[in-house]
Amino acid sequence: MSHTAHPIPSVRLYVTIWITLGVLTGLTVLAGYQDFGFANTVIALAIAVTKASLVVLFFMGVRHNTPLTKVTAIAGFVWLFILFGLGMSDYLTRHWIGVPGR
Amino acid sequence: MAEPSTPLGPGPLPAAPHGAAVAVDHAHHHPRLQHHFYSMEQQLEASILAMWVFLVTEIMFFGGLFMAYLVYRTLYPQSWLDGSSTLNVPLGALNTFVLICSSLTMVMSVRSAQVGSRRGQIVWLIGTILFGTTFLVVKYFEYAAKFEHNLVPGPHFSTAYIVEHLGRTGVDPHSTQLFFSLYFIMTGIHAAHMVVGIGLMTVILIMAWRGRFTPDYYGPIEVSGLYWHFVDIVWIFLFPLLYLLGLHGGHGA
Amino acid sequence: MHDTAIKRQSYLDAPYGIAAWLLTRDHKRIAMMYLISITVMFAMGGFFASLVRLELLTPRGDLLTPDLYNKAFSLHGIIMVFFFLVPSVPATLGNFLIPIMCGTKDLAFPRINLISWYLYIIGALIALGVIASGGVDTGWTFYTPYSTVGSQTPVTAAIIGVFIAGFSSILTGFNFIVTVHRMRAPGLTWFRLPLFVWANYATSLVMILGTPVVAITVLLVGFERTLGLGVFDPRLGGDPVLFQHLFWFYSHPAVYIMILPGMGVISELVAGVSRKQVFGYSFVAFSSLAIAILGFLVWGHHLFVSSQSIYAGMVFSIITMLVAVPSAVKTFNWTVTMYKGSVTWESPTYWVIGFVGLFLIGGLTGLFLATLGLDIHLTDTYFVVAHFHYIMVGGMVMAFLGGLHFWWPKMTGRLYPDGFGKAGAILVFTGFNLTFGPQFILGYMGMPRRYHAYPDEWQVLNVLSTAGASILGLGYLLIFCYLTWSLFKGERASDNPWGVTGLEWETTSPPPTFNFYTDPIVTEPPYHYKQPVPGREATTIG
Repeated sequence: MSHTAHPIPSVRLYVTIWITLGVLTGLTVLAGYQDFGFANTVIALAIAVTKASLVVLFFMGVRHNTPLTKVTAIAGFVWLFILFGLGMSDYLTRHWIGVPGR
Repeated sequence: MAEPSTPLGPGPLPAAPHGAAVAVDHAHHHPRLQHHFYSMEQQLEASILAMWVFLVTEIMFFGGLFMAYLVYRTLYPQSWLDGSSTLNVPLGALNTFVLICSSLTMVMSVRSAQVGSRRGQIVWLIGTILFGTTFLVVKYFEYAAKFEHNLVPGPHFSTAYIVEHLGRTGVDPHSTQLFFSLYFIMTGIHAAHMVVGIGLMTVILIMAWRGRFTPDYYGPIEVSGLYWHFVDIVWIFLFPLLYLLGLHGGHGA
Repeated sequence: MHDTAIKRQSYLDAPYGIAAWLLTRDHKRIAMMYLISITVMFAMGGFFASLVRLELLTPRGDLLTPDLYNKAFSLHGIIMVFFFLVPSVPATLGNFLIPIMCGTKDLAFPRINLISWYLYIIGALIALGVIASGGVDTGWTFYTPYSTVGSQTPVTAAIIGVFIAGFSSILTGFNFIVTVHRMRAPGLTWFRLPLFVWANYATSLVMILGTPVVAITVLLVGFERTLGLGVFDPRLGGDPVLFQHLFWFYSHPAVYIMILPGMGVISELVAGVSRKQVFGYSFVAFSSLAIAILGFLVWGHHLFVSSQSIYAGMVFSIITMLVAVPSAVKTFNWTVTMYKGSVTWESPTYWVIGFVGLFLIGGLTGLFLATLGLDIHLTDTYFVVAHFHYIMVGGMVMAFLGGLHFWWPKMTGRLYPDGFGKAGAILVFTGFNLTFGPQFILGYMGMPRRYHAYPDEWQVLNVLSTAGASILGLGYLLIFCYLTWSLFKGERASDNPWGVTGLEWETTSPPPTFNFYTDPIVTEPPYHYKQPVPGREATTIG
């Protein structure tokens, strides 16, 4: 699969993505000023993930890349979740044992 | 990127046997094709894959910091709110937008190479460098403010600013320092990556000025762009996680 | 005539001169430069091990002060892990063989390969500088808060050395990944690749995904020491166990970085000495990937007795048992490969058998440690020390030496006297078992690791261990001597002195700079031996 075989993205596409990213930034700031309780974090992360995906797919061109490159990109984030997930499994379950001081 | 390297010994390359996937013909191959690759396409794909593999290492590098953030925010949510409330949201948002603009100028410069516009490459690369520098300047002012308000962890740290100027109560002088340690380290390492990125773009700019990049050879500028966008993505996550926590003044998670 | 033709074209001879070596992009030359460098570091690490073993000859701490002893075992660990084991097979045999086994002229990024060597050298020089200024006493594990606020030794410098060496390994790994994916010769599908390539590919995945985490972790220790930015400081509410989580997230997979390439070597040697296709090739290939992936899910077994949650401990314990399975698959398959193969008794065979037996013991003892209840008793004792040395030395070092003996004719164009090769293997095997076998017993009886004094009743076992270490050292010295001798006086090797399959054996010994005279096209699976013929004359050399 050739990278050069795909049509070069248009300026309009890039500008659209740029505007979208700007709007999402504004949105995340606005949402930050509201009190949604725990949902604040969820919303902030959801917007961040969306922005990051737009950059990865369109600005970094992963849309056009080989499946191998796509797997590589995804693998990095999956590994991050292994670190977060298994690591937090310690901190979140420490108090289950009910021993004083633990 | 430099003159093609020759890991070969003396003598001409032997002709590939009949039926081989690709025949290498010295007379016609691109001057930028390195000898151990058999086509420009293979070289470009290898370079893109290589940069992504490197970016995976960067994801894990920052990942360790995000892990520390995750642990301590879970353990000390109040300190996280207190610390975050001292950060300048308008400046942070401006910086986020500045980086987004720099990503746009970055893709535009790659695109200019792809369509063969030398002038376009130069203009957009200069734009990228300018936006990157702006980011760093804003960061400098933010850091200066922290020093001024005695919010740098260590012997001079004081919660006075948080208590007196922001009216927050019950601020823990110990765990709040954890927030600021992570703030400085995470944004500092990010800024260091920006500095490297600006250096990289300067090199690319010089190469673009010399007309190195053409529609069939733009690997270095594309691959450098990937690095630049990655640094932007890290900030996309840093901004909400560091700046937007204590905004509503509530006691959210 | 043919002889002079080889000399003119060999990668060793052309181009000539020191600058041509120091600025080379030839993966084979870089491999040889790495070989020299890691041998120097191995000697350094061995020196500190001998200090430890000498001290432990007597129950009292009478040779070294406690501080010096702490530095001795710390430096032994740091050097052996970061500057010997991690680069050992990948940077030497891997760099040399992977492009050739892929049928191509070089790795994907030859200049980055050279940079990785320079980074290694810089890291090693920093480590040597740390040693010269007194060394560090934190253990190779740099646990906080001792490494951040307690130790008065040059920890920051040591960290920088480790960081740079880690970056060097990342560059090696990333080069391998791109090469194996994008530069295989025509016809060379994944399932025609030698298992050595699969193993190094899996290792490279671990290097890429794990090393950056230890990089940032040691950097955080450095920031805390130099800038006072406390992240692990308990006085601020920081958690020293967080350091352990982040450190072991890399350091457990690191042990797979250290052993997987050795397993790759053994796969090649087993097929070669048995003249037979490796039994269950695809199982062995996939087991390398399984080990690489599962290896990331078990790091908490180093934290069983820290304040880590018991429930997380249970999860880590179960997954640790699981990660033994792919290793067992490999061991089983290697053994079955040799069964009814036409095995010849040359020195590589000795290394293979030594590896399989010792790796088995090392692996099985890991299961004891993975069991939560048992680990309470065994953790931080000599049982752990014996366990990991069985894998790292009995396994990895023997695999490395075995690979060196197997591919020595290819890399240098010289043969060593096979009698010495066998003697070296026997000395190392004997010395090794005498050194570390008693340590299992010592650990079970409760002797803690990192202590320079112990009760009198353990002296006999310690003396045996030190005696074994002397024999082991002699073995290494013998090997170094005859291999170096062979460079000058050894008989010249033919293209394929062992009579085995593989792309590397289809080119000259040593290969030309561009690896092949005609670009290979692969049409057969690896290890495509004809059925073993009963009564076949064994091939011997020397």
